[in-house]
Amino acid sequence: MKQVIKGNFAVAQGVRLCRVGVISAYPITPQTTIVEELSEICARGEMDAKFIKVESEHSAMAAMVGSSTAGVRSFTATSSQGLLLMHEVLHWAAGARLPIVLSNVNRAVGPGWNIWADQTDSVSQRDTGWVQIYCESNQEVLDSVIMSYKLAEKILLPVMLTYDAFFLSHTSEIVDIPDIEEVDAFLPPYQPEFRLDLDNPRMFGGLISPEYYYEQRYIMHKDALEALEYYPMVCEEFHEKFGREYDVVEEYRTDDAELIIVTAGTITSVTRIVVDRLREQGKNVGMMKLRMFRPVPVERWLDVLGGIPKVVVMDRNITAGLGGVFASEIQAVLYNSETRPVIYPVVVGLGGRDVTPDDVEGIINYALENDKPKDVPLFWGLKQ
Amino acid sequence: MQKIFDIPRELMTGEDLAQPGMLSCQGCGASLAMKLALKGLGERTIVAIPACCWTIIIGVYPYSTLKVPVVHVLFETAAVSASGIRAGLDMRGEEDVVVMAWAGDGGTFDIGIQSLSGVAERNDDILYVCYDNEAYMNTGIQRSGATPMGAWTTTTPSGAVKQEKKKDIEKIMLAHEIPYVATASVAYPDDMIQKFKKARTIKGTKFIHLLSPCPPGWRIDPAMSIKITRMATQAKVFPIYEVENGKYKLNVYPEKEIHLKEYLNTQGRFRQITEDMLKGAKERADQKWEDLVAMAEKEL
Repeated sequence: MKQVIKGNFAVAQGVRLCRVGVISAYPITPQTTIVEELSEICARGEMDAKFIKVESEHSAMAAMVGSSTAGVRSFTATSSQGLLLMHEVLHWAAGARLPIVLSNVNRAVGPGWNIWADQTDSVSQRDTGWVQIYCESNQEVLDSVIMSYKLAEKILLPVMLTYDAFFLSHTSEIVDIPDIEEVDAFLPPYQPEFRLDLDNPRMFGGLISPEYYYEQRYIMHKDALEALEYYPMVCEEFHEKFGREYDVVEEYRTDDAELIIVTAGTITSVTRIVVDRLREQGKNVGMMKLRMFRPVPVERWLDVLGGIPKVVVMDRNITAGLGGVFASEIQAVLYNSETRPVIYPVVVGLGGRDVTPDDVEGIINYALENDKPKDVPLFWGLKQ
Repeated sequence: MQKIFDIPRELMTGEDLAQPGMLSCQGCGASLAMKLALKGLGERTIVAIPACCWTIIIGVYPYSTLKVPVVHVLFETAAVSASGIRAGLDMRGEEDVVVMAWAGDGGTFDIGIQSLSGVAERNDDILYVCYDNEAYMNTGIQRSGATPMGAWTTTTPSGAVKQEKKKDIEKIMLAHEIPYVATASVAYPDDMIQKFKKARTIKGTKFIHLLSPCPPGWRIDPAMSIKITRMATQAKVFPIYEVENGKYKLNVYPEKEIHLKEYLNTQGRFRQITEDMLKGAKERADQKWEDLVAMAEKEL
């Protein structure tokens, strides 16, 4: 059934369709309407779930650690400072191998207080062991909730799906909401091999010596990499059942491209228009949209970007003293490529600053006109 | 009034869910406390343990000394992790299982109090136990909000012993109006087992505050730890009582009363307590005892 809904409502619908058993969340702008809508859905009896209305995001994730260890599908949502407050528990949830799904509305980090789009909150959680999926549209948000549980419960690692504050969270788009029976056929009930079981008492997460810890982390790393094999299969099955295509990256007009611009989140939609515009002008440019950022799809990045003369990376995030995180990681992956592209790192749109088609066109033209980047990174449209 | 020297029948019969092999220090109250708690609760119990001495005591991977499911959780999350487990069990139809959060005083009085308050405010159906050894003993004796005034710790060192009062954690929990708040002591095992038995039958948030002796931290002879813990109740500094749905009951009227000074003198950690501190501590203990007697009598 097609409906015109906001990104946050798309998340809530996804959670309902996945028959999540325990929800725990704490309100924060711009995530708040997810919490409100899920409260309504539970209150209307449209979902059989326990909703623990906790006193902080730290506790929201800690409650998920409890409910997921008890063997029940669990969900939370947050944003910005809330995600940062969860940081400690994010590590714990991943290390405990709990298939929790979290939706993070990408919002700037303070100070000063800024509630607008910025991906610094989620990229700064990249070492926690969570899978990260960046979304571009409300449809993709809903579909990603469903696919995330399928992935998480296979590889036993939690999945964070993220999307931009307001540009998606509070913007209405047409979303095709599948029937719950169709989702049931795609996503079977969660049946963990290990859980808190009275008949088979075990201890979880206890003291572990150097003799075992190293291997434990190695196994976690290997299982994270398994996402790169398994997620395309999840996407393929999803495509067969629901007709919509996804992958770990999305390529747009990359054939014969001399320049590829890399995007994540809603800037992708803007860039797609600009790529079309420049192609009409006879410029051979294409785009690669990042979807999965953890684990890093190394082979796919190499495959798409390895032989391209110029690669522009737009980061709506910043690590002060280095630049954008996506650019830095793409550079690292491409370092061993035989045909190493020239990389043009660009930091854009921090704290919800608008990134228009003209901005993206200007950035691409700057890369086309310069053999090497003049500024690393380039800050586009800085006020003097 | 209870006779305290009877060895409780429960201790001598039935299976022990807490097995030998604990990595505790000699004379540790916390390890005995778990044995007593599980005697009262039985095997339909799941335990959530945050960072505390019990992280170590229970054993190193792949061993556990408990025969019930255990999940280790983050320092400040014992209460809310237990709530999450509760929600999960309820969704699975296992409502009869008791979820017990088992935390030290640091994890309760200090870093964990926010999530504990949240759980109590929602009256989530868990049993929260604080085994209080009156400092951060697992990290090597640093002061906590539960450390009494005048006590030496490594962060309130010689010449600068603790200047602040111990938090009244029961009052904090009572202010949440949860159905059950109790104190118990490993020196009164029969009373303690009965309280855990009772807690398992009550819906909502239950809070039990245990006094748990720590020979290395208290600077006492391990052989004396139970005797000294009993003296805390005799000196009225750790009264044993319960508040069930707002009704107060004093469970132990000490068989003999002693001066607070006598209790403090047994422990090396109080060697530098001043006369003023002692006087204040005695007044506070006497006042709390009087208040409790008055509240308990009001209920009769």
